[in-house]
Order: sequence, then structure tokens, then C-alpha cells
Amino acid sequence: MLFQEAVMNSTFSLVPLVVFLPILGILLNWLFGKRLGEKGIGSIASLAAGGSFVVSVLLALALLQNHEGAHIPLFTWISVGNLDLSWVFRVDTLSVTMMLVVSGVSTLIHVYSIGYMHEDVRHQGEPKRFRRFFIFMNLFVAAMMILVSADNFLMLFVGWEGVGLCSYLLIGFWFEKGEGGLGNAKAAKKAFITNRIGDFGLLIAIFLIFWNFGTLNFAQVFEMVPSVAQTQPGVLMAITLFMLLGVTGKSAQIPLYVWLPDAMAGPTPVSALIHAATMVTAGVYLMVRTQVMYMAVPGAQQVVAWVGAITALFAGLIALGQFDIKKVLAYSTISQLGFMVAAVGLGAEVAAIFHLTTHAFFKALLFLSAGSVILGMEHGLEAGSHGHGSNHTDGSNHTDGIHHDDPQDMRNMGGIRKKMPITFIVYLIGALALAGIAPFAGFFSKDEILVAANQGNMLIFVVLVVAAFLTAFYMGRQVLMVFFGDARSDAAKHAKESSLLVTVPLMILALLSVLGGGLNFPGVHTLEYWLEHTLEIPHATEFIVPIALGSLAVALVAIFLAYLVYGRKPLASAKAADPLAKPLGVFFRWMNQKFLVDELYQAVVLGPYKKLADFFAYPVDQGVIDGLVNGMGSLTVSLAGALRKLQTGFARTYALSIFVGIIAILVYLLTRI
Amino acid sequence: MLMEFLPLLIILLLAVFIGVFVVVLGSTFGPKRPGQRKNSPYESGMVPYGPAKRRISVRYYLIAVLFILFDIEVVFLVPWAVVVRQIGVPGLVFMIIFVLILEVAHLYAWKKGALEWD
Amino acid sequence: MTRMIDIYSILPVMIVAGWALLLLVVDLWIPRHRKGITALLAAIGLAIALGFVLASSGNTILGFNQMVVLDGFSSFMQVLFLVSGMVAVALAYDYIQRMNINHGEFYVLMMFSIAGMMLMSQAYNLLMVFLALELLSIPLYVLTGFARTRLESEEASLKYFLLGAFASGFVLYGTALIFSATGQLDFVGIAAVVTAGSANSVLFLIGAALLLVGFGFKIAAVPFQMWTPDVYQGAPTPVTAFMSVAVKAAGFAALMRVFLVLFPSLSEHLTPILWVMAALTMIVGNIVALAQNNIKRMLAYSAIAHAGYILMAFVAFGNGEVVGNTVAATLFYLVAYGLTSFGAWALVIVIEREYGKGILLDDLAGIGKHYPWLGVAMLVFMLSFAGVPLTMGFWGKFYLFRTAVQAGYIGLAIIGLLTSVASAYYYLRVVVYMFMKPGEPKLQINPWVSLVIGVAALAVLLLSLIPWTILELASRAVLLLQ
Repeated sequence: MLFQEAVMNSTFSLVPLVVFLPILGILLNWLFGKRLGEKGIGSIASLAAGGSFVVSVLLALALLQNHEGAHIPLFTWISVGNLDLSWVFRVDTLSVTMMLVVSGVSTLIHVYSIGYMHEDVRHQGEPKRFRRFFIFMNLFVAAMMILVSADNFLMLFVGWEGVGLCSYLLIGFWFEKGEGGLGNAKAAKKAFITNRIGDFGLLIAIFLIFWNFGTLNFAQVFEMVPSVAQTQPGVLMAITLFMLLGVTGKSAQIPLYVWLPDAMAGPTPVSALIHAATMVTAGVYLMVRTQVMYMAVPGAQQVVAWVGAITALFAGLIALGQFDIKKVLAYSTISQLGFMVAAVGLGAEVAAIFHLTTHAFFKALLFLSAGSVILGMEHGLEAGSHGHGSNHTDGSNHTDGIHHDDPQDMRNMGGIRKKMPITFIVYLIGALALAGIAPFAGFFSKDEILVAANQGNMLIFVVLVVAAFLTAFYMGRQVLMVFFGDARSDAAKHAKESSLLVTVPLMILALLSVLGGGLNFPGVHTLEYWLEHTLEIPHATEFIVPIALGSLAVALVAIFLAYLVYGRKPLASAKAADPLAKPLGVFFRWMNQKFLVDELYQAVVLGPYKKLADFFAYPVDQGVIDGLVNGMGSLTVSLAGALRKLQTGFARTYALSIFVGIIAILVYLLTRI
Repeated sequence: MLMEFLPLLIILLLAVFIGVFVVVLGSTFGPKRPGQRKNSPYESGMVPYGPAKRRISVRYYLIAVLFILFDIEVVFLVPWAVVVRQIGVPGLVFMIIFVLILEVAHLYAWKKGALEWD
Repeated sequence: MTRMIDIYSILPVMIVAGWALLLLVVDLWIPRHRKGITALLAAIGLAIALGFVLASSGNTILGFNQMVVLDGFSSFMQVLFLVSGMVAVALAYDYIQRMNINHGEFYVLMMFSIAGMMLMSQAYNLLMVFLALELLSIPLYVLTGFARTRLESEEASLKYFLLGAFASGFVLYGTALIFSATGQLDFVGIAAVVTAGSANSVLFLIGAALLLVGFGFKIAAVPFQMWTPDVYQGAPTPVTAFMSVAVKAAGFAALMRVFLVLFPSLSEHLTPILWVMAALTMIVGNIVALAQNNIKRMLAYSAIAHAGYILMAFVAFGNGEVVGNTVAATLFYLVAYGLTSFGAWALVIVIEREYGKGILLDDLAGIGKHYPWLGVAMLVFMLSFAGVPLTMGFWGKFYLFRTAVQAGYIGLAIIGLLTSVASAYYYLRVVVYMFMKPGEPKLQINPWVSLVIGVAALAVLLLSLIPWTILELASRAVLLLQ
């Protein structure tokens, strides 16, 4: 027994490796990458991520023995006054669950990227960036691991900012491409700035925590929450709401979700890993981690639930009007994140984590498969057009809504089912899982959230059911548009199945999407018992048959409706209008134009802000302040010139200066005495 | 207290007296045969006028400097010699160290050729 | 009677001085083209002494009838001096060959000067202070003129000598006045007389003021700084580097030891003087540096300015509550400034190889592009000099400003802050020239010099992250001071 304990504890102390293995990967690729070639670079990066996964598995096994987990200190970082920050890793069931999801999905995506980026860097004409991609990816894994393994708010914040940085770097990976040569850079900037607004909220929350609790350590803060809730409920309210602002930034909720669709400018594996499976769930993780604080202020919980529910509905509506294959998935991601956030708001943290996990599987699967489709389309484009200049990202032919060689536009697709059978099957699995069809993973996790809503707040329940309906509908629309019917462009006609390096990870993810529901299978509730050791679980999850059947029925009806609209009579050509456009009229245009939220922000926030900035920049800064500064500057320079003249170069002058100094001192002293 | 300085006063007065006395004695009884040489400011010194920028070899100064240096250092031997019996063996050891250091300087000057005229 | 413990207390000084004497003789038989051996031997001697300093640190001994003291403060300073000496040897080895002045005496003189500095940090008697001052100064006068075929070197040497002698005169006169006021020369005795109240206060005060002048000359405080740019520019660059670090540190060592032990009671009168001196030093140093095109002169004025920052914290020397912080902050700053300064001067040495003498800002053009590592290292040094947050220079300034504010000299701290902002202009100008102006520099980099640059840059970066390690050491050095 003693021996076992020793083994376990030494297993726990492996936890720094989950961060350091990816960092090792970065170093190796950075130092030797140039000599290794693409295979070598990809293998090192994948092994680094895989190593993290193996360590996470070991940690999980050790946790099975000792549910309490451990705190593994690495070193003391800052110790000033009563701020004592140590770099401590936290091993408990929640953090290890996140580690497993993050490292597992990343490993698969790393492997996939070897194949995908091989094509992509050539398509974009910059083969040298292959190495950079994997360095960034490993950096992301390291930062994400810091985030989930943090034992205090500041370390979490370091990881939080780290993943934000990687997101920025990877969205702008082809920074010189995109609309007008700036599109991708603009998208990266938008993501970065929007996230800064959220981070500002999180920082304020952290400051408030330190101010009121005197510590940033999770355990100590949570311990004090009840007493603070008694004495200063307002403070706790402020903390949770500011934290929510951070969450809306990172996890793309209303009002800060606008960056995520644009973030699809990054390479597809990035969209899959960072902007669907892992990073965007950091906000959900943060709220689950700090559940004690949210539970102490029901008002904040209400806000959280409503933010999530409305986001789920709103993003689902927008997804319906999109034609870009990745944009649809992006809005779907926002919508699903809304489900998770709503779950946290409803006090169903386990359901949130459950949905987070299954969503990581099937959304990564969908994105990667979409990437596979895009690769196939690009192939078809090159085979079909025989190289008359076509570069989908340089945006030279963005004149109307439709562009005929855009390999991401679903209107250009159609009939891909026959060209890319493997991709089709896995995509179908992912779509069914997302739509919530039993027995795929999404059905179970979404159902738990709906049950929680049903028990908590009927209005939210209704909103979420509508969102679930929309989910099934737009996924049906997408699958039908992409894979069924006839090819609507040369590219689709010549599309070609991707290589094994790409499809094998897809198959693994597909398997996970099928089986993922087993994690917290009704009646067994493995995940719940697992997380019980870390989280407080107010009410045990129930499986309510009517609700399950109801949601299944809603999904099936939605898919059937989608078939009626899109399947019976597929789009005739790439130029044909969406069949919904006519009946819905203006509303469809709104959905297509994302309800003009970007334009609204532009008009209400950015425009006035820019005016203000212009005012401060030109009349105020360049006029008044620069004038003052330049005046000071030229004054200083002329003073310097004058003082410089004192430096005559004659030793006698220097001696005189010393002498004058002495006289001055002595005269002063003699007047004082 | 001032009585302590009485011998000093006596010596001072005596010195003034003797100086004045000798000069008066010489001018009273000495023979007076003036000539060109005898009327010059210094009777047996160098010629007091000529070009101001006479060149003197730098080695002259070098040796002069060395002389002064060693001269002054060696002077320390004198007070040491006065008390050598009281301070005993340690004093001897320290003086040997002192002389050795001096010898380093000597050796250096010698080996560098500072003592050669050319 | 001499005891073994007396010998023990100044053993490192004796080792350095004795080794220098031996080296002087040995060097006579080392042929001109093998002067690397002398350099190596000098470095070995310094290393041995360093070993003894480290071994004897932590003790507190009053030796030779209270003439010298061994304490944490002296150990800290001696480590600084010895390491500076070794760095200077590494910098000089290639340089003096290139300038065709590779005489072994260079290293010997440097060791004598270091012995003087070490003695300075241990002196506990005004005569010892004076002796140490002369022992450290006179070899430096010679070293300044070591490039005797170059006119500016000779000129610098002569100026330094004349003005240095002038300043030494004040130290001696001040010593004499203090002796006549108290009838004592050793610190313990003077302090006792002062405490008993039987000292002649006027003579004592004037004596203290004259000592301040002498030390002010060594640390190049305004208005006693005029020699600095000329001497720094004219002297062989490794000597300049050595002076800007070690001599300044020795000056501050003397200032702190003498003032903190002897003159706390005079702070009422001396503090206003120090206040004005510190303010003037910061203002003049930084502002005139703005107008310099010559890097060596620019760095010379920057050296003046940095002395001003330290003086700013020193103004509070009579305030018993903050004086511990003053010393700790000063020691920290000396280390931070020393590392940065050596790095910057080493870069000057690298570049000077090409241009022979006097490098202008234009000569830096293109270095950042063609020698990115040098450029990055210089960037690190300049940022640290400017005190950009989270660099080592920043922490140094932070501790100094904190001390000044604690002592209530907020006006002075504001002057320091403003001049520090102004200084960013001329430091960053160097970086701008290196990275943003086109140029085709051709440098041949000596491995020893690049070692110095690399180690200095790494040390600055590392200590920027963990500044409190040095501060901790410096704080421990303070405890044993008085």
C-alpha cells in the first residue's frame, strides 16, 4: 500500500511534463527544424503533444487510486508583500479531464496537420512556414496546459494570455493573404483586440479577488467565498460578472463573439484545435473551476445562463444563413459554447464539461473533415483549371457574394459524397453527433443540459430547444449542400480523397464521436462520479425519458425539414439562391449578414471610439502634447549645447570648476554655522 | 608655557646676530677689488643668461627621478635603525620585505635599461 | 604587535599587491609577442584573491589596531573589484595588441590599482583611506596615458593626473582638519570623540566637506566631473571600462564607509549639499549626454548621470532608518551598472577595432543587421541603462528611488525620474542607429571580448528576472557596516 502511494505521488509529480514536453518540442524544432525536413518536424511536434497525452493518461490512472489529487510546486515566482505566487500545478479530476481532452485532441490534430500543412504551404507558396506552424501549435499546447493545470488565478491568466497569443499568431498564419492582402491580418487583429476586452474583465476580476481575498490561490479563495458572500455579496457579484466578461471574450459569447467567425482565416487544423475544440472552451473551464463563486451569487448565475442561451439561439440563426463551410461550423461552435455556458449558469457543471468533451471530439472532427473537403476542392481546382491563376485567399475576385473558385463556398460543392467517401462518412458521423441524434455523443451531453434547463428555468429550456432544432437543421443543410446532389463547379467535379495521414485521425475522432456519450452514460454517470472529487454537484443528473425522446424528435424533425428544403431539390448551380431566401425574405438576408452585428459595433462602438481617438491623436496629442514635448526637447537640446560649451578641454577650467564647487560648499556651510 | 620656547628665541636672535655680524665684519675689513666677473650676480655659478630653451637629454631626468625615488625610500632605513633593537625580529622581517620591494623596483629599472645612458 | 588575524584580514589585498610585484619581475622575461601570458597570470592572481575573499567573507575583523576592517561590505566590494579586474583583463588582451601597446605593465598597473580599491573598501582610518586613494589613482593616471603614442591619451593622462592630484590634496587637507578637530585618525576614535561632543565642530564640518569634494571627484559628481568625458574618451577603452565600473565603485565605497561611520551627525548640514550635488549630477549628466555624437563621450556622461542616481539615494545617509536600504540599493546598482557598463564598453571595443579611435553614432549603422547578436546584446544594455521596466537597470533605479522616497526626498526622486526619461532618448538612439540605419560594418570579434559581451548580456537578462538574489546579497553586506 505504501509502495503504491509512493508510485502514485511520483506519478503526480510528472505533471510539469505536460507543459515542458511541448516546450521541448518547440526547442527541438526551433534549433534543428531546418535540418529535419517536414516529416521530422511534424513527428517531433506530434510526439511532444502525444507525450503530454501519455502523461495525462498516467495522471488519470494515478487519480483513480487517489481521488484527491495533488499540488505540485515548481518554484516561487513572485513574492512581494503578501502577494506570494508560486508556480504550482494542480492535479485533480477536473484539470486532468481538461488535460486529456486538450492533449488527446491536439495529438490527433498534429498528426492530421502533417498531411494538411504539407498541402497547404505549397498551395500558398511558402513551404518554409511549415516549421513555424508546428512551433506555434506546440506553443499553444504548452499554454493551454498551463491554463488548465494552474493552481492560482495568475498562472491561469498566464496560460489564458498564452493561448490568446497563439490564437493571434495562428489566425494570422498567412498574414499577408486574405482580402486585399490584409484580410487575415485584420482577422487576427480583431480576435486579439476583442479578446483584450475580455481579458480586461478577467484582470479586473483577478484584481478584485486579490484585493478582497488577499490571495490568488484557488483553494484559499474558494474557502473564503462563503464568508465573503455573507459580508460583501456585491463584491462577489462584481467579480463573477467581470469574469463573465472574460469568458464572453475567450469563449465567444454575446457580446464578444464576433471574432470567432473571422478567426476561420487561420489554417483549418487551427480552427479545429483552437477555435473549436480547446481554447474557446477555456472560458467554460474557468467558470466551472470557479463554480463556488458563481453558486454563491444566484444573480450572476442567472446572467450567465441567459448569456449562454441567447448566444446559442442567436448563433444558430446566423449559421443557417452562411455559405462558407467553415463559417457555418464557426457559428455552430459559438452556439454550442452557448449551451455549455448556459449549463454552467444552470448549475450543471458536469453537463458543461461533458458537452465540452464530446463537442471537442465531434467539432474537431467536423472541422478537420471540412479541411479535408477543402483540400479535395483545392485539388480539384488545380486539376480542373490547369493553373490559370487561382488563389482563393488573395480575394481578387470578391465582387459579388459568390465566387466560383472559392473552395470553401458550399454553393460550389455538391456531390462530394462520391469523390471523397471516407470524408463523407466521418463528416456524417460528426454532423449527427452535433445534431444530437442518438446514440452519438452529442445526444447525451446536450440532453443533460436540456434536463438541467428543464429543472431550472423553463424559458431557457425553450430557447435551448429551439437552438437545438436550429443545430440539427443547419447541419442537415450543410451535409446536403456539400455531399449530395451534383457537383456545381469544376473543383467539386475533380475533388479527390485526402491521404491517410489526414483521414486516419478523422476516423479516430469519428470513433470518439460515436462512443463519447459513454463517458457519462445515463444511469452510469462515470464522468459525474469522477468530477465529484473536485466539483460540488448540487443535484445528480437525471435521465428523463420524455425530454430525451423530445429532443431526439426535435432533431429528427429538423433534419427532415432540411431534407425537404435542400435534399429533394438540390441547388441547381452555384449561382442559384438558397431555397430559404425567398420564403424568409429579409430575415434570411439578415441571417446571411450576421444580423449586421459587426456593422452595429462599427457604428456604435468603433466609430465613436475612432473619432475620439482621432481627436486625441491629432489636435490633442500631435498639437498640444507633441508641442510641449518637442518644446521640452528643443529646450533640452539647447541647454545641452550650452552646457557642452563649458567643457572647454582646458584642465584649468576643470580645476576652476572644482574650486568653484568647494567655495560654494564652504560659503554655504559658513552661513549655516 | 611660553618659557618652553625661550631657547628657540635665543637661537633666533643668535642667528640673526651672527649673520649680520659676519657681513658687517667682511665689508669692514675685506679688500675691495671689483672687476667684470666679480660684479656679476653669481660669482662662481653658471652663466646666468643665454638661450632659454636649452635641450637636456631626457635620460638626465630619468636618472634624477630614480635617484629621488630610491633616495627617499632608503631614508626610511634611518628611523628603523634607531629603534631596531626595540622592535626586534619582526621589525627586521618587515624591513627585509621593504628592501625586497625596493629591490623589485631596482631590478625593473635596471632590466628596462633605465640606468644606461644610451 | 602584528597578529595572524591582522594578516588574515587583508590577505586578499596582500595577494593582489604581492602578485603584482612578482608579475612585474616575471614580465621582464616574457617576450613582447607573448604578453598573453602576463594577462593570464594577472587573471590567475585576481582569481586566487577572489577565492580568498569569498573564503573569508562573512567574518568581521578589525585588524592592525583598527586601521582596516573586514566585513560584509568590504567583501562585497572586493568581489566587485576583482571581477571587474578580470573582465578588464579579458577586454584589454586583444585591444592593447591591436593598439600596439601590449606591455606587461598594463596588467601590473591594473592589479596595483585593484589592490588600492580593495584597501579602500577596508580602510578604517583616514590615513589608510588616503593611502588607498593614492594607490588606486596613481596607476590609473599611467594607464590612462598608456597609449602614449596617441596624443589624446597623453592629454587625458595629464589632465587626470593634475586634477586628481588637486582632488587628493583636498582629501588630505580634509583629513588634517578632522585630525585637528578630533585628535584622532582612526574611525573608532573619531566616532568616540564626536559622540562625546568634544570635537571642534567647525573644523570637523569643513574637513568633512573637503573629503566630500575628494570623493566627489572620484565618482564624478557635478561640479567635480569635468575631467570625466576627456579622460574616458582619451584613455584606452578597456581602461575606460575599468574606470567607469571599478573606480566609481571604489569612490562610492569610500564615500559610504567614511560618511556612514563618521558623519551621520553632520547630516543636517551636508544633506542639502548632497541634494544639490545629486540633482546637478543627474541633470548635467543626462542632458549633456543628449548632445553627444561620440559614443565614448556619450557613455562618459551617462556614467556621470548614473553616479547621480546613486547620490540621490545617498542624500539620506544620516537617516538611520533608511540607511540600510541606501547601502543595499547602492550596491545593487553598482552591480547592475557594472554589468551593463562592461557590456556596452566591450561593444565599443569591438567596433573601435575597425575605426581605430573615436566612434561616432554613424559608425554603428548596420550592425544590428549584420551582427544581430551584437545588436541584441547592445539593445539589452541600452534598455537596462535607460531603466526600461523589468530590466536589471530598472530594478536598480527602482530600489534607489524607493530609498529616496522613503527618506522623503520626493522632489529629488522626481528630478531623477524626469532625467531618466530623458536618458532613454540617447540610449535608444544608439539602438536606432544600429538597427535602422543602413551600413556595411566589418568587425572582427575577439573571442574574449565576445565572451564578455555574452556573459554580461546573459547576466543582465537573468538578473532582470531574479533581481532579489543580488539585493539579498547586498542587504547582507549592509548588516556589518557600522
